[in-house]
Amino acid sequence: MTEKPTFDEMWGQTDALRAPYQELGNWFEGEDPARLRAKTREAEELFRLTGITFNVYGRDEAEERLIPFDIIPRIMSGSEWRTLSRGIEQRVRAINQFLYDIYHRQEIVRAGRIPAEMIQNNDAFLPQMCGVNPPGGIYTHIVGIDLVRTAEDQFYVLEDNARTPSGVSYMLENRETMLQMFPELFQSNRVRPVQNYPVDLCRSLAACAPAATEGKPTVAVLTPGIFNSAYFEHAFLADEMGVELVEGHDLRIVDGRVAMRTTCGYRPVDVLYRRVDDDFLDPLNFRPDSQLGVPGIMDVYRAGGVTIANAPGTGIADDKAIYSYMPDIVEFYTGERPLLENVPTWRCAEEDAYNYVREHLHELVVKEVHGSGGYGMLVGPTATKKDIAAFRHKFEAKPANYIAQPTLSLSTVPIFNRTGLTPRHVDLRPFVQVSPQGINITPGGLTRVALKKGSLVVNSSQGGGTKDTWVLQD
Amino acid sequence: MLGRTANGLFWMYRYLERAENTSRLIETGQRLALTRLGNSDDEWRPVLKAAAMDQGFEAAHETLTRDAAIDWMLRAPGNPASVMSTVSMARQNAREVRTAVTEEVWEATNGAYMAIKALLARKVSDRDLPQVLAAIRQRTALVRGATHGTMMRNDIYDFVRLGTFLERADNTARILDVKYYVLLPSAMSVGSSIDNVQWESILRSVSARGGFRMAYGNAGSARDIAAFLILDRRMPRSLAFCVGKILDNLGYLINDYGTRNEALDHAEALAADCLHADIDDILDQGLHEFLQDVLTRLALLGRQIEIDYRFSE
Repeated sequence: MTEKPTFDEMWGQTDALRAPYQELGNWFEGEDPARLRAKTREAEELFRLTGITFNVYGRDEAEERLIPFDIIPRIMSGSEWRTLSRGIEQRVRAINQFLYDIYHRQEIVRAGRIPAEMIQNNDAFLPQMCGVNPPGGIYTHIVGIDLVRTAEDQFYVLEDNARTPSGVSYMLENRETMLQMFPELFQSNRVRPVQNYPVDLCRSLAACAPAATEGKPTVAVLTPGIFNSAYFEHAFLADEMGVELVEGHDLRIVDGRVAMRTTCGYRPVDVLYRRVDDDFLDPLNFRPDSQLGVPGIMDVYRAGGVTIANAPGTGIADDKAIYSYMPDIVEFYTGERPLLENVPTWRCAEEDAYNYVREHLHELVVKEVHGSGGYGMLVGPTATKKDIAAFRHKFEAKPANYIAQPTLSLSTVPIFNRTGLTPRHVDLRPFVQVSPQGINITPGGLTRVALKKGSLVVNSSQGGGTKDTWVLQD
Repeated sequence: MLGRTANGLFWMYRYLERAENTSRLIETGQRLALTRLGNSDDEWRPVLKAAAMDQGFEAAHETLTRDAAIDWMLRAPGNPASVMSTVSMARQNAREVRTAVTEEVWEATNGAYMAIKALLARKVSDRDLPQVLAAIRQRTALVRGATHGTMMRNDIYDFVRLGTFLERADNTARILDVKYYVLLPSAMSVGSSIDNVQWESILRSVSARGGFRMAYGNAGSARDIAAFLILDRRMPRSLAFCVGKILDNLGYLINDYGTRNEALDHAEALAADCLHADIDDILDQGLHEFLQDVLTRLALLGRQIEIDYRFSE
């Protein structure tokens, strides 16, 4: 671990409440812990009833579980947020330009800023997208940028989620829950609202409608179905946007358009917010065994008959191997210095890096290049000798599959548990919408918190919880 | 509206209605067993039959006992029509059509599932049975109440109603058919006390005792019961009532969508026989034959609705 003490967002390093937490701290002082505990149980009851559950892959029985919710909000000042959102906007703009470039002339490769094999040999690169012009020129309509903080002014981007970022329903439900449980807090704090997200999203998606659209664009959400871990979110978003939630077998190609089977026959869909992975999107163009997609949708897409959000092939931008090039990418396309820093990263495909990493496994975080959700990842400092040995075996067999990063001392925000307030590590995923009309960042996002003491893994699939995230109006 | 959504709604409400009807049948069976002398386990055969669970039960059991019958109807995972199975299916369908129902309907359904799952986690003891059965009916009533009070009266609601009344008509026809011999003319003249218990059990299993008394006083005959459950449009579980509602809702859909379809033809033909028939004609013709015919036509109607509204590819 690093030598520096952990930065706590509520108390800073001085044991005096940091400004954004002033009102919350005062409120907490006056509260009876027994009442708060009752409130916590109440929140859980509420979540169970509304059905906010997620499915955990690799578990047979407990197919539905709640993500634990902590009642202490994570709070940012208006100026902290402004700094962050400028950085996010810059990064998201660069990601879209990068995607356009990668699927067209690949100037960045020609300029020698990214090695050609990083693209060609990358599974996330979709040759089928080369030369395709997505409606409105937008590739990533919805982005989630994962941020961590290590000090007052130090944020890092941990990863970019440019495929199908999830978690926004928790952002919305967490706020709803806090509003119901502690309305008084929203009177003493001026918290910027997040509830416009679905309406904004619908508008943003409609603004990306393809040329073939007649009249008002029809938007639909494409889900793999009720057994998907994020089904709740898919249904939630469709409901909030007031659009249909479709599955692959509801859709087919009719007269060169993607159409959904309604009770009155097939009706065209203009914009498809798909929560189905690229591989499964079109059995004719990708995995032939997919039951989740729509045969021939890629052909309609290429002909400009439908907007797919996010565009197929965006995974090349959030691939962990590409991640380490993000500072170059931002600079190359925006001509500016990156406002948000990357975590220093060793690409284990490179020999020097590999040698360093294999000697230092116990102190590094090592991630599989194509992994997600905290699976296939080693957190050196908290791993047992046995874990490290097992991991080393996989790692040395295929070093190019891994990147490594120093173990950051992630900031903490208190959670409320049996002993009262106690610090736990957090990260932050703000949600970004992109359309030809601009980039819209919802103030706040999803704060994930590692509920185990000292743990740095915040993934919900690994025992993480969530918090409401506030951006104050100043 | 998606065809798949229409399918999900239709079945969600069929399952809810079925769970409720099953709990009512169990209650009737239990009551019949308790109020009669002698070996009562056999009383459960017609109950299982009325619930269309007799074949499944016999395949899974060597002998018929009261305990086994009740457990089979309430919670057996191997029985796709058990209360637990149907409530689970109703909830699964509700999840699939989450965007078509209101939050209150979803929460009532999810709440019903959670509560009933907890109640049926273990074998239900005799002592707990009445409360468990009451809770099942209350929970499904909450969903119905939320549906009634919060859902838009549009095509979504029409499919909800179609599922509800098709299932209910099917249930009433089956109960009558299992007990038809009690209502036959030969039995009518007798009026022995045993028959009175049997008649009462028929009324009980469709929650119609009070209604019947209201309509016929205490002097109602077996013929009156048949007339009440088949033809009386005031009685919300009668065939006439259910078929009338099916006809109404199909009519709204056809109005909405602007195209007439075959399902309506089926429903109209069925209505002509249920709504405008004379009870003596039905009894002369043969009650059993009449009910079998109704059951077949209800099944055909259900299938036609699935086709006409593109429930699946």
